[in-house]
Amino acid sequence: MKIGVLYSRLRVEEKWIFAALQQRGVDFDRLDDRKIHFDLEDPAPWQEYDAVLERSISYARGLYALKTLNAWGIPTVNTAAVAEACGDKIATANALSAAGVPQPATRVAFTPEAALEAIEAMGYPVVLKPVVGSWGRLLAKINDRDAAEAVLEHKAVLGSYQHSIFYVQEYIEKPGRDIRALVIGDKVIAAIYRHSPHWITNTARGGAGEVCPVTPELESLCLNATQAVGGGVLAVDVIEHPEKGLLVNEINHTLEFHTAQPTSGVDIAGEIVDYVISIAELRMQN
Amino acid sequence: MSQPVVTCPECAAEIELAPDTEQNEIIICPDCGVDLEVVSLDPPAVELAPMEDEDWGE
Repeated sequence: MKIGVLYSRLRVEEKWIFAALQQRGVDFDRLDDRKIHFDLEDPAPWQEYDAVLERSISYARGLYALKTLNAWGIPTVNTAAVAEACGDKIATANALSAAGVPQPATRVAFTPEAALEAIEAMGYPVVLKPVVGSWGRLLAKINDRDAAEAVLEHKAVLGSYQHSIFYVQEYIEKPGRDIRALVIGDKVIAAIYRHSPHWITNTARGGAGEVCPVTPELESLCLNATQAVGGGVLAVDVIEHPEKGLLVNEINHTLEFHTAQPTSGVDIAGEIVDYVISIAELRMQN
Repeated sequence: MSQPVVTCPECAAEIELAPDTEQNEIIICPDCGVDLEVVSLDPPAVELAPMEDEDWGE
């Protein structure tokens, strides 16, 4: 068996993953996404991998690597279809909506004027989010029409074309925390609360972690959410809405667990590696 | 045996690499705080880490 691990930066998560592979005696290659290239007519060099674990920090690099590998029939964790459904907030919201998974109210518009109309229909405050983006970057809480007009104009004029795809979400008064649940296959392996006095509770922005009990409600919500995007190794971010209850805010397909692993005490890297091995074994049997 | 030492390309600080340092690991210069990538262990070498891009994340 041979596993490839595609990565951009050696974060603590990748160190834990490499250590877990070594502990299990698995033969693996480190694939730096800055150095690889694909000859689209020649999959042979890549066929030696029974599975590739995608840990790219760049969404675009990871996505196109997965698309290529999957086109060649090489199993990946996660698949290109899952990366596509999770990496784009509109794709995620559509998948959740189709599966009936509760999520924050969301509207999408393509011009500042139409976005303003959508915002006014929802009522202030709202949150504007980039369709592709992570770590809480470029989120804007819009409290009134003045702010809406200013931010929409800035996004339209200063941003790339993607920033003119206006993604408007209801603002939720969270109890100073959100929940991150880690799902592997059909199992919720751990969940943590991410506390922050700031309305953005992402641990990449300094949010602190605390163990969150996996209630049957949380478990079924997260499994429905991960199934809706195709399943695999996923982190589901859940918001506690004061009236509507638990809502799925987003799903991450190259999850970071630098806070979740020490906080939960669960060997998340080991669980990920075991899942990748099971995917590789499936290929070897066929 | 003494630990390998690298020089920060930003501020010229001498930085001792921890024994478990791995290739491509990101370290922070203790003097100027810049992110550095360990591009080689033998010989030990660091470069300024790539700047965060818009599609970076999880």
